[in-house]
Amino acid sequence: MSLALVKYLPTSGTIPFIRGRFIALGLSALFIAFSMFEFATVGINFGIDFRGGIQTEVVADESTAIEDLRATANALGLGEARVQGAGSAGEGLTTYLISLPLQEGEGLEGEAAQNDAREALETALEAAYPTIDMRGTTVIGGAVSGELIITGFTAIGVALFLMLVYIWFRFEWQYSVGAIIALTHDVIATVGMFSLTQMTFDLATVAAILTIVGYSMNDTVVVYDRIRENLRKYKRKPLQEVLDLSINNTLSRTILTSVTTLVALISLYLIGGTALKGFAFAMIWGVLIGTFSSIFVAAPILLFTNVQRDSSDS
Amino acid sequence: MLHFGRWKLFSIIFITLLGVMYTIPNFVPETDRYTINEADGTRTPNGIWRFIPSGTINLGLDLQGGSHIVFEVDMDEVRDAQLEALASDIRTSLRNAPPVLARSVSVIGDEVVVLMLRPEERETALERIRALNSPVTTGAGQAGFANMYDISADQSDPSAIRITVTSEQYESIRNRTLEQSITVIRRRLDGLGTTDPTIARSGDRRVLVQVPGADDPQEIIDLVATQASMSFHMVDENVDPGPNGQGRTPPGVSVFPLADSGGTAWLAVETRQRLTGENLNQSYVVANHPNFVGPVVGFRLDTQGALIFGELTRANRGRRFAIVLDDQIITAPTINEPILGGSGVIGGSYTYETANQLVILLNAGALPASLTPVEQRVVTASLGRDQIESGRLAVAIGFALVIAFMIAMYGVFGVFSTTALLVNVVLILGGLSGLGMTLTLPGIAGIILTIGMAVDANVLIYERIREEAKNNRTPVQALQAGYERALAAILDANITTFIAAAVLYMLGAGPVRGFAVTLGVGILTSVFTAFVVSRLLAVLWLRAVKPTKLPL
Repeated sequence: MSLALVKYLPTSGTIPFIRGRFIALGLSALFIAFSMFEFATVGINFGIDFRGGIQTEVVADESTAIEDLRATANALGLGEARVQGAGSAGEGLTTYLISLPLQEGEGLEGEAAQNDAREALETALEAAYPTIDMRGTTVIGGAVSGELIITGFTAIGVALFLMLVYIWFRFEWQYSVGAIIALTHDVIATVGMFSLTQMTFDLATVAAILTIVGYSMNDTVVVYDRIRENLRKYKRKPLQEVLDLSINNTLSRTILTSVTTLVALISLYLIGGTALKGFAFAMIWGVLIGTFSSIFVAAPILLFTNVQRDSSDS
Repeated sequence: MLHFGRWKLFSIIFITLLGVMYTIPNFVPETDRYTINEADGTRTPNGIWRFIPSGTINLGLDLQGGSHIVFEVDMDEVRDAQLEALASDIRTSLRNAPPVLARSVSVIGDEVVVLMLRPEERETALERIRALNSPVTTGAGQAGFANMYDISADQSDPSAIRITVTSEQYESIRNRTLEQSITVIRRRLDGLGTTDPTIARSGDRRVLVQVPGADDPQEIIDLVATQASMSFHMVDENVDPGPNGQGRTPPGVSVFPLADSGGTAWLAVETRQRLTGENLNQSYVVANHPNFVGPVVGFRLDTQGALIFGELTRANRGRRFAIVLDDQIITAPTINEPILGGSGVIGGSYTYETANQLVILLNAGALPASLTPVEQRVVTASLGRDQIESGRLAVAIGFALVIAFMIAMYGVFGVFSTTALLVNVVLILGGLSGLGMTLTLPGIAGIILTIGMAVDANVLIYERIREEAKNNRTPVQALQAGYERALAAILDANITTFIAAAVLYMLGAGPVRGFAVTLGVGILTSVFTAFVVSRLLAVLWLRAVKPTKLPL
């Protein structure tokens, strides 16, 4: 068992990452600007959790036309229905997601109307398609969806804040600034990606964003850890060279961990079923962007924040 | 770093075995582990299973199928009822001898306003109303610090008194209402005989109901959200209810539709309640009653109820009385003879199911306020099965690919890290089983993600070892330095991800929490396995092989 491909991966390359910082940061800025523009103009395709309303998952013959399903749901007069195919269910069957918008009504009256709409939708579908298989329904009221949005964004905010505090304690504030800029970059880029692809943004996506934050932080911390160590080791070396050296030192680790994580996530994306596709997609994107930001955002920022070299911190 | 004491070795093996013991029951069908006595349902463990914990991982509703419904209690209704009751108490207390004359006692918005006929009597009225006030009783029945009401004389109007209910009192009422609702819902769902439903308070206005295996939410909503407020009234034949219940009704008379008529037949009854559901002792399904076709619902009143009912039927022979359930008349029979035993039947066109449902509702009692579903997540058993299947497959394939990749990259060290990874997954599953936590679909995603990320700690260590080895260190020194130097980075990196998981757990809603649980547990176990299990393996290998050069 002497075969170990890792031998071919250099432990200390000499790639001048930092020299490309303006290109990388410019690219990042461009992507952030594009994300914000997309977000402002196209917006996010919010899932049932955040949009509220009724969504039912059915399995029907694959010849069933999406237009027909939509017509059946629209005929109820309960608002414009959305229908999307959600992949094959095997044996000539396809899974469809049919949703109705949040029903009108003040307070609990609106909530009651939601339940009526669910019943009406289920009855209509069963009448129009006797062989249809109803697989599951989600009904989210206006109050609940509002609360879920607030908790979701609070969670992301709180997590970012705690990361900042943690880095502040473990490193110096200059690192903290770099890390938080990199993390915010990742969050915005992920939201932008969801805006661009119009993938459904739901509770699982929020979970994914938080995990991306954790993962990207993880990556950044590994690079920072090495920067701090090298700054102590090479007291005379220019900061830029120390940054490059540290990124190169940790590069093989960065690549290997990203690959194993991506391998697991791609398996989840391809095999994990419809419910986890959005989550896996967000995570795959997050691992890529998180790795990028640790190298090209978090590290170069240290050049601008004038990181202390005479740290006596253990 | 490279020395493992005897006790350390022992505890590593112990922890791993513990994880295995808690994990394996999940992979062996219950019928293989136990001999189940068909007659009384007792289970006797077979052979080795006597020594292994019986718990398996709880599957979330998204994996086993079932209904998750959150109901909101109408707290406005509760508040209005509280204010009306207060106004009525004030009227009674002012009317007591010697009476204090009020022009009006009315509920306006969220306060009760008393307008005096003579402003000089306001002080007396204030005293009487203050006598109604008392400290709020908190959950355990103890008196709290705050009073139930704020009573004040209006500064600008000398004849007015304003009474509001304090926020402490509202909170106490809210708590009581929620607790009562939960008790009633539990009795109703127990009556249905479903498999262990979960009924829990959620926030200060909501109740969460989870029923595994139930994939028709309407069935649950009908059972849970029906108020089942029942009362007995005398029918007033002199008032015409009109064809649509729109007839003119004098004070003290109410009009209700007949339940079976679908809103076409109405009846006028005295508003006064002669008996309520509170007086009901028990109800039951009567399959064959001589006077009816099909099943009917029998009921028995308590002692006090039986006395009132006996008196009522003696005094009103030949007249009709009505039983009203949730503003609908479910029966209105003519009194042929006095009913002294305190029992009777409710006839109607019931099937066995509908009669049984009514019996469950009546026996469980009325809800203190109305409930409306605000969130429903329903998954059928077949979808749940599919989701487990695809989740399991994704875990297996992801795991296999990571193992293949790690062994290809690191050779023998890849074997150590993937062994640690295997122990890691075993510990996660064992932890979920042992701690009785619930595995959801997002939880499976958390496990897959952990599998991908858990090798990170090993990669950090091995890369460090490689660097040290390049600096002409002996294998022992390189290993020693690698583990020492990587520790800080590993801890920092994992703490940050753990923070994310903890925030998600604390703030996350329902399904996402399952993800936070497996991710959080996975991080803890991955640090342990990477730093302890794989190090142990590396050290044992080092001692056995004594290599002159590391194969990295």
